[in-house]
Amino acid sequence: MTSGTAAGPADATGPGAPGGPAGPVVAAARARRGGRRRAADGQVPWPLALPAAVALAFLLFPLVALLIRAPWRGLPDLLGQSSVRQALFLSVQTATVATGVCVLIGVPLAWVIARSRLPGRSVIQALITLPLVLPPVVDGVALLLAFGRNGVIGRRLDAWFGITLPFTTTGVVVAEAFVAMPFLVVSVAGALATADRRYEDAAATLGAGRWLAFRRVTLPMAGPAVAAGAVLCWARALGEFGATITFAGNFPGTTQTMPLAVYLALETDPDAAIALSLLLLAVCVVVLVALRRRWLPGARGVSAAL
Amino acid sequence: MTGPDRPAEPVPPRSGPTSTGPAGTSPGEGGSAPSMRPRGLAAEVRVERDSFTLRAALTVPAGEIVCVLGPNGAGKTTLLRALAGLLPLTGGRLVLDGQVLDDPATGAFLPAHRRPVGVVFQDYLLFPHLSARDNIAFGLRARHRAGRRAARAAADGWLERLGLAAHGDLRPADLSGGQAQRVAIARALAPGPRLLLLDEPLAALDIATRSQVRAQLAATLGTLDASVLMVTHDPLDAMILADRLVILEAGRVVQSGPAAEVARRPRTPYVARLVGLNLYAGMASGDRVALAGGGELRVPADVGRVEGDRGDEAVLVAIRPTAVALHTEAPSCGSPRNVLAGPVEGLEPFGDRVRVTVASTPAIHADITAAALADLRLAPGRLVWATVKATDLDVYPAHGS
Repeated sequence: MTSGTAAGPADATGPGAPGGPAGPVVAAARARRGGRRRAADGQVPWPLALPAAVALAFLLFPLVALLIRAPWRGLPDLLGQSSVRQALFLSVQTATVATGVCVLIGVPLAWVIARSRLPGRSVIQALITLPLVLPPVVDGVALLLAFGRNGVIGRRLDAWFGITLPFTTTGVVVAEAFVAMPFLVVSVAGALATADRRYEDAAATLGAGRWLAFRRVTLPMAGPAVAAGAVLCWARALGEFGATITFAGNFPGTTQTMPLAVYLALETDPDAAIALSLLLLAVCVVVLVALRRRWLPGARGVSAAL
Repeated sequence: MTGPDRPAEPVPPRSGPTSTGPAGTSPGEGGSAPSMRPRGLAAEVRVERDSFTLRAALTVPAGEIVCVLGPNGAGKTTLLRALAGLLPLTGGRLVLDGQVLDDPATGAFLPAHRRPVGVVFQDYLLFPHLSARDNIAFGLRARHRAGRRAARAAADGWLERLGLAAHGDLRPADLSGGQAQRVAIARALAPGPRLLLLDEPLAALDIATRSQVRAQLAATLGTLDASVLMVTHDPLDAMILADRLVILEAGRVVQSGPAAEVARRPRTPYVARLVGLNLYAGMASGDRVALAGGGELRVPADVGRVEGDRGDEAVLVAIRPTAVALHTEAPSCGSPRNVLAGPVEGLEPFGDRVRVTVASTPAIHADITAAALADLRLAPGRLVWATVKATDLDVYPAHGS
């Protein structure tokens, strides 16, 4: 009886046609507004507000100082130099290639860590974060011992293939990838470990083997995490200093990236150093803002759908 | 009843892992099966996990819809996962249309992605990054290696058939519950499974859309040539959609049979609650049944002879709550009937009636009209007498014949 009458209105409107598409739009708008509204009506207690303000000031003041002391008048000249353009181009180029390498081999590693039943899985998980916590100079030394001309692997690379890594642009990529990959792996492995694996079950019942399920379900659904990891990875690679200068040296045009150029300029021409820093800051801000707009709504949508 | 479908079971009983023979035994068995080649599912499922054991034997002929009903934790989802190939059996055997899907004794195991089995998951699990069309096309591309264009064309056919032609480009998040459910069914059916498994397909829907979607589901499933096994805990879904019910409790099949029969003669308190009957277990002797939980019921005198003259016999007694009358004074004796006295324990609206629970020995539910409730001035704690005519008692053997 009750279910009969309840079905009446649903029948009258048809199979959800008019209500269907409008509902989700409203819901999506509400979700978008949700974050702002929550922040607005949440009263922050002062024991949290005070340290938070200090932390924010601490993080922002040095950047503000950079802006205050910037030699704005001479800026066009300083940045117009070909050596600056060269360093910037090299930095962006190597960081991008390093990020590509990290995605290509780091995502599979993340999958193995998150999903496989390898015996030494937890040990691997701990080891891959080592480059993250070690001083980058130590990373550079380690790279030299492995891939240097007399390094364990480097010697054979040199003897058999004539490939030399240290003090080359490829060496810069190697150093950056080595230091930055953990950011990507940790981010993606975390997403894969917490992902709802029943979607892979669903893919299996539709005839997809594990590789196909990974390609068409797992990876696309982890897309936002991969993107976030790649952005972190790229930013870390762009700012890489210690391992690069140790393993690849500081040769203008081939291995002198922006951070190296800044450090060098600081000793000879502080104004140039500030200008270069400003440029690096601008590049980072532009990239982060662009990617946030591109990826964060997607990330939120996926997590909401889950 | 548990009994009837056992003999039809084409699954030979196995004596456990010790019978694991050389590889030569499996072609031999395969050779005997094709002569009949029964179409449909023949399953003897045994799954042991931690402290839980599922042991269930069931058959689902092609074209038949079987509903597995059971309380939470009965093993319904485990059963479904085992049939789908997402969980290997630890014992027993699965055969679908003559093809062995899983047989631990011979080591035969067909993984989920090779089984001609479709699954509609409880919350559908539509891929959130794919459109409705691509969700439906997924199985065609994965299972049948169909090209993108052919798969999408086939998916469009499904969308049209289910009245979703205008929604093919929408992502699952933008579909209503009923639409998502139809897409999930189309996705499972598109690759042409020979066994369709549905896990609580209506549970995620609100009550208003539920009856409508249920009717559509019945229409869709009715035309299928495949075996259909649906898991639910909603008796209404089961009664409407199923040809046959299988009741699963604590990992065991406690009752199975046509819906009407299960509804009329429940075998366990759980089933009795589902179908809204009073159920008592006891020993019959002449025209009396001594109840296991204390108390006694008078039953039609000839019941023992009808069901087989074996003297004392374990029986179940079912009483419709509408056949129970309530009185606020001890009734005078008339026709042979049962009188149970006790305080009112609870009152609960039940459709256009009120269900009164009387804490007598045995306790009994009575459905009375609101008018009767007002006349009797019933309130919890008030002493009442519940009467039932002996002829309104349905008495049947406790163990399937």
